[in-house]
Formats: sequence, structure tokens, C-alpha cells
Amino acid sequence: MGFFDGFRVTIRQVFEPRVTHRYPDEKRLKPPRFHGRHVLGRYEDGMEKCIGCELCAGVCPARCIYVRGADNPPDSPVSPGERFGFVYEINYLRCIHCDLCVEACPTEAITESKLFEFSFVDRQDAIYTKDELVVDDEGRPRQLPWEDWRSGDDAHTSGWMRATSPNGDAAFEGRVQWSGELGYGVRTPEAGQVGDRDDEATGNISIRDVNSADISHRYGGRYR
Amino acid sequence: MGDPLFAHGIDPWVFLIVAVKVIVAFVVLMVSVLLMIWFERKVISDMQSRIGPNRAGPWGILQTMADGIKLFFKEGLRPDGSDRTVFYLAPYLAVVPAFLIFTIIPIGGEVTVFGHTTEIQVADPQIGILFLLAMSSVAVYGLMLAGWASGSKYPLLGSVRATAQMVSYEAAMGLSTAAAVLITGSLSTRDIVESQNGSLYGFIPNWNVLRLGVVPFAIFFIAVTAEVNRPPFDLVEGEQELVGGFHTEYSSVRFALFFLAEFMNTITMSAIVVTLFFGGPDGPAPHVVRWLWPILWFLGKTIVFLYVYVWIRASLPRLRYDQLMDLGWKRLIPLSLFWLLVVAGMLIDTRWGFAVFGGGLAFGLMLYQALRVSRARTEVA
Repeated sequence: MGFFDGFRVTIRQVFEPRVTHRYPDEKRLKPPRFHGRHVLGRYEDGMEKCIGCELCAGVCPARCIYVRGADNPPDSPVSPGERFGFVYEINYLRCIHCDLCVEACPTEAITESKLFEFSFVDRQDAIYTKDELVVDDEGRPRQLPWEDWRSGDDAHTSGWMRATSPNGDAAFEGRVQWSGELGYGVRTPEAGQVGDRDDEATGNISIRDVNSADISHRYGGRYR
Repeated sequence: MGDPLFAHGIDPWVFLIVAVKVIVAFVVLMVSVLLMIWFERKVISDMQSRIGPNRAGPWGILQTMADGIKLFFKEGLRPDGSDRTVFYLAPYLAVVPAFLIFTIIPIGGEVTVFGHTTEIQVADPQIGILFLLAMSSVAVYGLMLAGWASGSKYPLLGSVRATAQMVSYEAAMGLSTAAAVLITGSLSTRDIVESQNGSLYGFIPNWNVLRLGVVPFAIFFIAVTAEVNRPPFDLVEGEQELVGGFHTEYSSVRFALFFLAEFMNTITMSAIVVTLFFGGPDGPAPHVVRWLWPILWFLGKTIVFLYVYVWIRASLPRLRYDQLMDLGWKRLIPLSLFWLLVVAGMLIDTRWGFAVFGGGLAFGLMLYQALRVSRARTEVA
């Protein structure tokens, strides 16, 4: 009888695992390509990756990035190139986290981290300056007073290059190469679209399939 | 019969005991409302694969307390077009009957304190069930006046719904209660409970739910669900159509009072169901701490019904208004009338009972056929 089916559905939920988390206490894993707040990377020798080319500012659809480059001082260069990012500001009241700046960056300097819990109460705080964006000496993002993240949340902040392998080898078609991170090294590339992949996080399965398997596990396999 | 407490006249000790009973009952009901709201939210979150309140106190048990305190500190608004006196009076008209119904519920057996024997029940009036029906009707005034006095259209619509709904379900509720009264031969809740003690063949409980057939219980349960405006009969508060129903314009303490009344009603009505049909505090009891076991039985049974209420809320969608009226007038009232006749016949003689059953069934089928034919003809024409 249809009337009593509803009661069976609800009582069955009592014995199934919860789909919600105790959020501030437990955080669920972020998707691998999560777009959080930006960090400006540095090389292993401590040099900043940003060369002040302003491509990110140019591509930004929300016009939230303000960059000014300057010539590197010859005796103590900030970046390996000719110029460096002298001013670097991102206004998070405008940023839409589209990741276009990450794709535009020629040196993989700007990447989007997994950090998204920052609730400032002042418009001035919304503008992250270069000091706040550049990673510290260990390669960790700098934690600002109004940001809520704990150790571990900052891992895997590196951006990704969507292009095929730079040398044009067809075997690398669809492979996602991650840019290196100071202190974390380079993430294993995500498997390509062809069947012969084997990557650290997902094995032989694409990220999308991993996520959908996770979802069907949570909902008792009914969405498979 | 009545409470043995008053058998030897009234002295200060008797007065004190009554006062203590009233206060204890009030506190118990208040605390159980706090726990009930938490229980409901926790159970319904279980059924929706969520976690539910978990921040205030262990397992979020203090969540209701926190909400209540917050409500008390909020500003109490009154709309310009409202009727001041009635607007302020209405919440109390909803709360007081809810509490008064609780007073007639037998919670346990008898205890002896200071040489006085008394029933674990605030009051045991001779007219117990009539009092229940009267109070649940008075509670309608709280809702009706709240909607009317708000001077606003959505609360008015909500209260019109509430009134119509409660009046129509009152009838089915009264008729199914009458079956329990008939078989007991008394209106006193204590007598009703005591007549259900013992068992058939040593293991089947002698409860009204079985003695009367399940029908009066089912009708009573449905009618009571409508009476306390719980889902799926919560058209009164139908958020989608009526904002918040009759309490849309209420805020602060007065809003809290409506909420309190609603949950008090849920608890008392579960207790009434247990009293009328499930033997109240009746149940097997070991011979240690004898006064405690009936109370535990009563609590256990009540909690089962509270769980069922929440379960219903989680499972069933809200009825349409015409469906609600159809169910009340066209199904529950005729069915409860029919069953009342059958019970009355059975009490005279089994043959009479079956005669009434057969006759009623035949009459019902004929009526159904007649209605079907007439409907078919109207559709053709």
C-alpha cells in the first residue's frame, strides 16, 4: 500500500549514515580542483614566482586584481626574472573565483587554494595585499585573523595546467599537470582521459567517477 | 470514587499535597515540552539523514532552552490594526487548556505520603472525559481569537481553517471516546484506566484498543492528530499559503506560548491515547519499588506515541483542505458512529452486536452504492 511505503522510507533513514557533517568540527574533503582564496607561490630557493606581468589582472572578468610590476633590484632580486610583482592586491568582495588568473599566469605563480572560510567585517580587510597572499618560508599560506582553517586544509593548494603536455606527446592527452608548491613538492598528475592511467589519489578512475562512487556510497547505492 | 485523598475531609496536609502535585505536574510538563521539541527535531533529523541540533549541551539537548531564552529576550510586537486585549489574551487561552488536560491523566498508581494515600494524577474529576473534550474545544478559542485579533488577513485565514478543522474533528474524537466510556461505564479517567488492568488468557493485555477493536483507536488517533494541528493536518500553519498561520503576527513570549501550547497538546494527547486505549500505567511490574513501575510504563507508552507523531510528520505530506474535510465528515464520523453502535450492541449481547454490525455494513454498502450510482448519473448528464 502506497500510504505505508512512505513510513518505511522514513524509518529506513534512521539506520543509514548521515549525509551531513558536524561542519565546523569535521570538514569534508574538498574537491581536487577547488577554487578558494589565492596564494602567490615561491620557488624552492625562496624566490617569488610572480613576475609582475599583469596578465592575471588583464584576464580577470571581475577586475578584482591590481598588479604593478617593478624592475628587480640587481643586488637582491625578488623573482628570477627581470621584473617582479611590486604591488599585488586582490579584492575578495569582487573575486568570483573563476580561476582564469591561474590559467593566465605564465609562471604558475598565482594558484587558488582550498581555503574559503574567511569572513572579514571590514571592506579594507577584503583587499588582500601581496604580504598576505605570498606563501611563507615553509610554503604555507599566511593565516589571517579572520580566516578559519586548520593544518591540513592548506595542503594541495597548487594550481593546475589544463593544457596537454608541453612537448605535444599524445600519450599525455588530457593529463592535468599540477604546478609545484614550495614545501609540498609537485602533486602527481591527474590521470588523463585514456584508460592507461594510474594516479596516486584515484587509481584508474577519473575524479568525477570517484566522486560519484562516493555519493552512491553515501546514499546506499540507489544513485548508481 | 475519586481521589482517596479527599475521603477524610480536607486538612492543611491535603491542601499541601494538592499544591505540590500541581506544581510538580506543571514543572514536569514544561520540562517534557523542552525535551519533546528536542526529541522531535532529533528524530526528524534521523529520518532525513541529518544530524539535527548538536551544539547546545550534550546531543543538543539544551537547544530548546536556548531558543526559548532567545525568544524571551526578543521584542514583542503588536500590529496596529489588532485588538489589544484579545491579542494578548489568545496565547494564554491556548496554553491553559493544554495544561489543564494534562491534569486529568493518570500517570501512576497510588502513593502514600504523610499518612495520606493519593493518586499520582493532579485531579480525578467524575467528569474526566467531558473535561477533556471541553478543554480541547476551549483551545480552539485560543487559535481562533489569535487569528481574528491580529487584524491581518493571513492569520485570519489560518484561524478560520483551524476552527473548521477542529470543530469537525472534535465530533469524530468525541464519538470514538464514547466507545471507551461505554465499555467502562464511567467518565473518570482513573476508572477507564483501572478497567483495563489484567489480561485475557494471561498474556493478552485487556486494553481498550483490543477490547473495542482497533477502529475507535485509529479514529481517535487520526482525530487527535488533526485536533492538535500536527502534520499531515497542519493546514492551520500551512507555511506555503498562510505564512505562519494564526500566529504570523505574534512574536517574543507570546509566540513562544503558542509553540508551547502546540507541543503540550502533542504530549497530553499522546498521554490521552495511552489512557483511553492502552491501559495508561498498566503493565507487568516486579515487586520492587512498586510505585515506580506504572509511571515508567506510562512514560514508555507515551514516548512511543510521540515517536509515532514525529514519524507521521516525517512521512506524510500535508492534506488539501477538501481532503481534510472529506476525511473528517464523510469517513471518520460515520465510521465512528457505526462502531459506537456496534460496541453498544456488543455490550447488551453478542447477538445484538453482530446484528448491528451486519445491519450497519449492509446499510453502508447500500449508501455507498447509491452515492456511486448518483454520481455516475450526474457525470453522464
